[in-house]
Amino acid sequence: MSGPPRAHELGIIGCHVCGLVCREPAVEDAACPRCGAALHRRKHDSIRRTWALLLAAFMLYIPANVLPIMRTVSLGDVDDNTIISGVVELWVKGSPSLAVIVFTASIVVPMMKFLVLGTLLVSTQRRSGWALRQRAGLYRLVEFIGYWSMLDVFVVALLTALVRFGFFSQVEPLPGVVFFGLTVILTMFSSMSFDPRLMWDAPDHD
Amino acid sequence: MNRQPRPPFARAICENAAMSTPEQGIARMEPAPATVDAPLICEQCDTVHRNRVLARGEEILCVRCGAELARYHALDAGGMLALVLTALIVFVVANVWPVVTLGLGSQRISTTLWGTILMMWGQEAQVVAVVAAATLFFFPLNKMLMLGWVLWFARRGRRAPGFAFIMRTLYYLQPWTMTEVFVLGALVSIVKARAYFDVQPDPGIWAYGVLTLLITIFSGIDLRRLWDQTEPRA
Ligand SMILES: [Zn+2]
Ligand SMILES: [Zn+2]
Repeated sequence: MSGPPRAHELGIIGCHVCGLVCREPAVEDAACPRCGAALHRRKHDSIRRTWALLLAAFMLYIPANVLPIMRTVSLGDVDDNTIISGVVELWVKGSPSLAVIVFTASIVVPMMKFLVLGTLLVSTQRRSGWALRQRAGLYRLVEFIGYWSMLDVFVVALLTALVRFGFFSQVEPLPGVVFFGLTVILTMFSSMSFDPRLMWDAPDHD
Repeated sequence: MNRQPRPPFARAICENAAMSTPEQGIARMEPAPATVDAPLICEQCDTVHRNRVLARGEEILCVRCGAELARYHALDAGGMLALVLTALIVFVVANVWPVVTLGLGSQRISTTLWGTILMMWGQEAQVVAVVAAATLFFFPLNKMLMLGWVLWFARRGRRAPGFAFIMRTLYYLQPWTMTEVFVLGALVSIVKARAYFDVQPDPGIWAYGVLTLLITIFSGIDLRRLWDQTEPRA
């Protein structure tokens, strides 16, 4: 492989916690001599773990969208909101700009995570050298924005705590919000277990 | 801003790496590496770069994948400590004062973060309660206390008791604090509720806003440099 040298080719390894550079240890479960964190050349079992977590997240994402996340009771009127109907309501009654933000956080970001991580996994497994720099950028983007999906979960929690005027008006959380919260957490774990260095390990890309 | 990283030079790096490397073993502790001589390895693609002292506004980007490897920071340990203590005070304010007050007729209901968490616990949404308590209270609080402890000693170039453990914990807690998201969530809740009630943001939400700002400043700081700026205790 041409281009600047990579740590493994030089027989060195960097600690991901403290940044110390060491000679690559001969044993599998070595610890960083400075901070004690485990030294891995690549994240352990990265592809399989990422796939497993991503698929689990996707399975929870379906009930998260189908089931209502919040119930509004107003003068005996019961109104169940899903994530999408919540966005629509915000658009119609409140402010369209905020609706766009919630739509992005609750729908665009999770979908993008599934698509991006899926693409990264497949292309890495195929040892593809296609658009490596762009793929690296996509991975960083997904890592950076992932946790903003928790937005809707906090909105439901706040409204539940605030709106409790007995018969006149009341808000209750519904199971959809639990599924959604779990989806966000699982996708975060999934993107953390992906090792972007594996993309660059493909031998046929130079 | 100089965004052009210097091309790495393989042989020099190799020698440097060997110099600053503990001999394979884990037995010999604390090799005290030469800060600038040790190479910089990109965590995203494993490319080795030569490290150098950065001037104001400079950063080193990975030549292969474009990830940020290092960035200049004006704050020293003392400055960071001041920031953490400020954040801690603001955090207390944010948690004690209500975040939002809702009115319907003569009734007034306000809530704090903990009011929200306990409410979710009581409403069959325990998972949400636990996630909120962890990402909005326990993790941020732990982060600030641990940072404060470490920085208190780092000001004089020393490593606090438990330094390695704390630094590892801080690394793993990093992605799991969501104060920023909560602030945006409060904003959305206010707009949603405004259609039906009189809504009034309380001091708590402003405190959270300030906290978000402080957290944003902090997230740009690479804590790993504390390893190079402190001496292990003899
Ligand atoms: Zn280390
Ligand atoms: Zn890189």
